[in-house]
Amino acid sequence: MYRYDEFDHDFVKARVADFSDQVERRLAGEITEDQFRPLRLMNGVYLQLHAYMLRIAVPYGTLSSKQMRMLGHIARKYDKGYGHFTTRQNIQFNWPALSDIPAILADLASVEMHAIQTSGNCIRNVTADHFAGAAADEVADPRPYAEILRQWSSVHPEFSYLPRKFKIAVTGAERDRAAIQTHDIGLHLKKNDKGELGFAVYIGGGQGRTPMVAKKIRDFLPEQHLLSYTTAILRVYNLHGRRDNKYKARIKILVHETGVDEIIRQVEHEWQALKDGELKLPEADVAAIQSYFAPPALTARPEGDEAVKLARLDSKSFGDWIDQNVFTHRNPDYAAVTISLKGIGEVPGDATDSQMDAVADIAETYGFDEIRVSHEQNLILPHVARADLKAVYDALVAIDLATANSNLISDIIACPGLDYCALANARSIPVAQEISKRFASLERQRDIGELKLKISGCINACGHHHVGHIGILGVEKKGAELYQVTLGGSADEHTSVGEIIGRGFGPDEITDAIETIVDTYLGIRLDRTEKFLDAYRRVGPAPFKEALYASEAKAA
Amino acid sequence: MKILTANRLTDGEAVWFAADGTWAETIDAAETVGDKADEARLEAIGKAAYDNNEVVDVNLIDVSLVDGAIQPLRLREVIRAAGPSNRHDLGKQARPAAGAA
Ligand code: HEM
Ligand code: SF4
Repeated sequence: MYRYDEFDHDFVKARVADFSDQVERRLAGEITEDQFRPLRLMNGVYLQLHAYMLRIAVPYGTLSSKQMRMLGHIARKYDKGYGHFTTRQNIQFNWPALSDIPAILADLASVEMHAIQTSGNCIRNVTADHFAGAAADEVADPRPYAEILRQWSSVHPEFSYLPRKFKIAVTGAERDRAAIQTHDIGLHLKKNDKGELGFAVYIGGGQGRTPMVAKKIRDFLPEQHLLSYTTAILRVYNLHGRRDNKYKARIKILVHETGVDEIIRQVEHEWQALKDGELKLPEADVAAIQSYFAPPALTARPEGDEAVKLARLDSKSFGDWIDQNVFTHRNPDYAAVTISLKGIGEVPGDATDSQMDAVADIAETYGFDEIRVSHEQNLILPHVARADLKAVYDALVAIDLATANSNLISDIIACPGLDYCALANARSIPVAQEISKRFASLERQRDIGELKLKISGCINACGHHHVGHIGILGVEKKGAELYQVTLGGSADEHTSVGEIIGRGFGPDEITDAIETIVDTYLGIRLDRTEKFLDAYRRVGPAPFKEALYASEAKAA
Repeated sequence: MKILTANRLTDGEAVWFAADGTWAETIDAAETVGDKADEARLEAIGKAAYDNNEVVDVNLIDVSLVDGAIQPLRLREVIRAAGPSNRHDLGKQARPAAGAA
């Protein structure tokens, strides 16, 4: 795993000292809120409904046990005993006092963590496939490139005041688990026919009030050009991105208004001047970073198959969990495990301090000290010997984190919504909880099959509703909550934006509406192998509209 | 009918301006006003408290009286006054009722 070098250490320490001083001066009344607000945002401190909120960066979603324990410690000591893992692979604490934040940041720095660039119009935390370095279907681990981007973009003087925030995601597999086409830049690490590494480059994806699927602007960019090409894109954006209107300031709007061909021309033009300069990555530097991400020494554990077979016979619930939450590892003796933070009726993405501690222990004992945060708001143990799966399962059962629902309808993404967020129009969490309870039966969920349900409490779309197979958007209508449903969205390699199905539903109707949609799907699918999304793409919205609204149409 | 609300600078706690001139931690203590002149007075108090670095995010919000209790019109403000609707063990709603009585 990547370790801070001297520069990182000194930089983070200096930043903690700066910000501590700024907080002190703010509390003493020496600087005003207008002066302080941009400073606190640069350090991940927001103000929500009930308190401040601290957003901590988890670069490419990778955590060590020690870091996870520190998050547990912060939850316990400074917050209210829990934290919220987000779709940006970060963690948010909902209750810190401003006066405690310097101490929290100092604690974080002691385990090489911080909250820098988790807000503001800069290049944000680079996200990655949560199975990076473990997945059987991956060409190479994309995280070294995410790390190169992190180092390059940290307090980058030219790109610290962009027209708007800028989000980059990377994947190293054909199967996109990092939603790269919904990002400002999406990078797909792949090999060309000579076996060399490079990237397919996508730009201009995004969610928010104007959802757009990214456009591919290059099919193969040799890896040594990662930074020169990214710089070229950012220069074009920095120069031409709209600063006159916050809602039109993301690169997606620039790409849309300028046209892809013209954007490609401009980027290539910039790039010609940069590509052979100092931004060209020396092979030795890439190799040095790669060595930080060298996979753990996975010793042969061939007894795994037999162990899993026996344990299955013994426990049906273990078998269900294996089928749903265990992912194929590139080493056949190993597996990647999804720890569901979506227990039935629980808050998506929340974990308590003691759960964090326990997950850290499990990762230390069975998982080479590695934990990932997924953009789907779950935790991942990327490397577990199949022979240890039963022990891991038992340990997860003990802390109520063994729900076998990965990729099923109760594996819901939900933003904090109106229960916490100052920008929200409606609540998200209670909607997620009620839907989860309605579909509590795992047997029923498995019969329904893969179904990604995503909920946002306002059009900012932090809960990815646009790209949910079923998306739910909370709006405010005449002072009351109303939920708009979209169908057919997807965030994988065939990304699509969902379509609004019709009039919205009140808080008391939304769960019934979701059930109607699911039942309609069950009625029209060709057989059990046709997933919800495939069925929707085959038949379109008509049968769903009919089921949801036909009785009204007749009554009218 | 309106009341004045904000978040306390030091810890972000939601607070309401009370008739006794303090910033109270519960909405029940808020001073309600019914005409433009009083609204302007509260606004001026809010601005002064902001300038004086006591509070941030100052707003006048709409409320009504329900059985004598102050009830915000927007759900957002109801949740601010109580705490997260999914976690009754958190926020003001979790505190002993003593302060409210
Ligand atoms: C204080 C809480 C938050 C605030 C103020 C906030 C603000 C925003 C805003 C204004 C946007 C729209 C950006 C645009 O359209 O240009 C946005 C988008 C987004 N936020 Fe948040 N957010 C918050 C919490 C979260 C949380 C908890 C998550 C993760 C669960 C998150 C993840 C995202 C994502 C994934 C997007 C959409 C991607 C995009 O940028 O287009 N945010 N957020
Ligand atoms: S989608 Fe809206 S309500 Fe949800 S966290 Fe983002 S800004 Fe808040």
